[in-house]
Amino acid sequence: MSNIYKAFENGKAFIAFITCGDPDLETTGSVVRAAVRGGADLIELGIPFSDPTAEGPVIQGANLRALKGGITTDKIFDFVRELRHDVKVPMVFMTYANVVFSYGAERFISTCRDIGIDGLILPDIPFEEKEEFQPICSKYGVSLMSLIAPTSEHRVAMIAKEAEGFVYIVSSLGVTGTRSEITTDLSSIVKMIKDNTDVPCAIGFGISTPEQARRMAAISDGAIVGSAIIKILEKHGKESAPMVREYVKSMKDAIRDL
Amino acid sequence: MTNINGRFGIHGGQYIPETLMNAVIELEEAYNHYKNDPGFNAELEKLFNEYAGRPSLLYYAEKMTRDLGGARVYLKREDLNHTGAHKINNVLGQALLAKKMGKTRLIAETGAGQHGVATATAAALMGMECVVFMGEEDTKRRAPTVSRMGRLGAGAVPVKPGPEPPKDAVSEAMREWTSRIADTHYCLGSVMGPHPFPTIVRDFQAVISKEIKAQILEKEGRLPDAVIACVGGGSNAIGAFYNFIGDEGVRLIGCEAAGRGIDTFETAATVNTGRVGIFHGMKSYFCQDEYGQIAPVYSISAGLDYPGVGPEHAYLHDIGRAEYVPVTDDEAVGAFEYLARTEGIIPAIESAHAVAYAMKLAPAMDKDKIIVINISGRGDKDCAAIARYRGEDIHE
Repeated sequence: MSNIYKAFENGKAFIAFITCGDPDLETTGSVVRAAVRGGADLIELGIPFSDPTAEGPVIQGANLRALKGGITTDKIFDFVRELRHDVKVPMVFMTYANVVFSYGAERFISTCRDIGIDGLILPDIPFEEKEEFQPICSKYGVSLMSLIAPTSEHRVAMIAKEAEGFVYIVSSLGVTGTRSEITTDLSSIVKMIKDNTDVPCAIGFGISTPEQARRMAAISDGAIVGSAIIKILEKHGKESAPMVREYVKSMKDAIRDL
Repeated sequence: MTNINGRFGIHGGQYIPETLMNAVIELEEAYNHYKNDPGFNAELEKLFNEYAGRPSLLYYAEKMTRDLGGARVYLKREDLNHTGAHKINNVLGQALLAKKMGKTRLIAETGAGQHGVATATAAALMGMECVVFMGEEDTKRRAPTVSRMGRLGAGAVPVKPGPEPPKDAVSEAMREWTSRIADTHYCLGSVMGPHPFPTIVRDFQAVISKEIKAQILEKEGRLPDAVIACVGGGSNAIGAFYNFIGDEGVRLIGCEAAGRGIDTFETAATVNTGRVGIFHGMKSYFCQDEYGQIAPVYSISAGLDYPGVGPEHAYLHDIGRAEYVPVTDDEAVGAFEYLARTEGIIPAIESAHAVAYAMKLAPAMDKDKIIVINISGRGDKDCAAIARYRGEDIHE
């Protein structure tokens, strides 16, 4: 069993997404540590992909910047190995199927275990295709996360029953990015998930303000934020760490007492 | 040939975000219902015959045959279809299906523009809203095409980020689809993407080989020895191959765009230079680097300039049923000019890749052999680019 459950032991979880190598790995390291000091309970590390079809413009930009800077899967593995010396919160990789497949699934997933990565989020692996990686993930104790969308409807129970790590609830239609309003009836989706699994669930896509995080965490087990953090990096580059720490703290504070 | 999960051997599948899963399941259910519905098929056949101008001619290229001095060469004239390419076959089928499903809006990606124009055309005919995604560079280079879509009522949305427009246009259309599913059908233009698209598009394009078979039997009393077609995603090729797959004596030859050569980085020859990967909803061959980053591809032909290939082609390659050969820019431009001068037919630069290979193959074959080349589209759109390739200073 992976360590992901530990992220949900300090009340509602705050999950921070950070793209590796945007603009360089040194910055990623300082930003991850800043997010942890700010109160992040779990870090989602993005391995850049040339064509991130589930991402909006902000994270697409981070992917392009990182790839332009020469980031590779091997460099990220070395980086995480180093990071694990002092970063103890659960960490997962978020990337696309081809990055794992092309590296060799067994080689990729066994390395995840060796360097202390607890899970994988692959937005282009739906329930129907998880056999591609699930047996290998199970073999190495790396959780293959499940995503549930506003359009999942009768699929929710089926997906939740086999969920591992945490269930990633996609708040809205469309791609990642900040939104002024989230209108999906998420409470009923959460209820369906809870009826079918004890695995915690967190909501992502479109969350940027403490108020939104509070509202989302109130109906689930946590909030996931990506684009809002990437926007700080977009603006402040290598100097982003203090701003990220402050931002994460404001978000965690908003959900801590729920 | 497809199993229940949309696999062609190891290829195909549904590698897409959860948000889209119910949309493709709904599409598959609707398709499985309508493909056997006599009313639907009668309606589609009427559109094919009375709107698109089918059946398209199978033309015996007598001068070309004489000049090459070998096999008898026939041209399947998909360039004579309404909107000037094979793309209309698939689009009429999908638009009709979308309409039956209660969708009111079509979105599509386009590189060279033919699929965009075909989709805008079908949308106009069926009273649907239409948005076409096109690379930003392509919207500038192909301003007349954008204007053509505009007259038909479609808004062409330029895709901004990324240096490689055609694959980005697919990615952007997929993103748009995840944000608006209820009223929108993604009218994919090739035999690619998640199941059921490779099967649906192939079935609508299979009319090409169905007609070739009947026409060649009538003209020659036997099947051809080879069918040759260009392959980007591979829709015209699978259409030309499909009804011959069971006929072992018919060689099926797909011509990939080699660009400046398969030993350079400026190529789009996926089967010849790519590896198995997972992208745009499918497992298939892709041009990619050692870490699985999708590679920039290049060809003079915007319609073949795609880093992947349809999963059924990947499978036909794996089992050795079809051959995939590289054809360079130079060879394609030579064939473009040759067919224009020899037969008075200007092929699309995409189709010229197939003509180029036939020009190598025909002389090596006996005179009683028969080759069919699928002329997938007309080349008016390419004349200015070819002139520029030859160093002429010309503006569209």
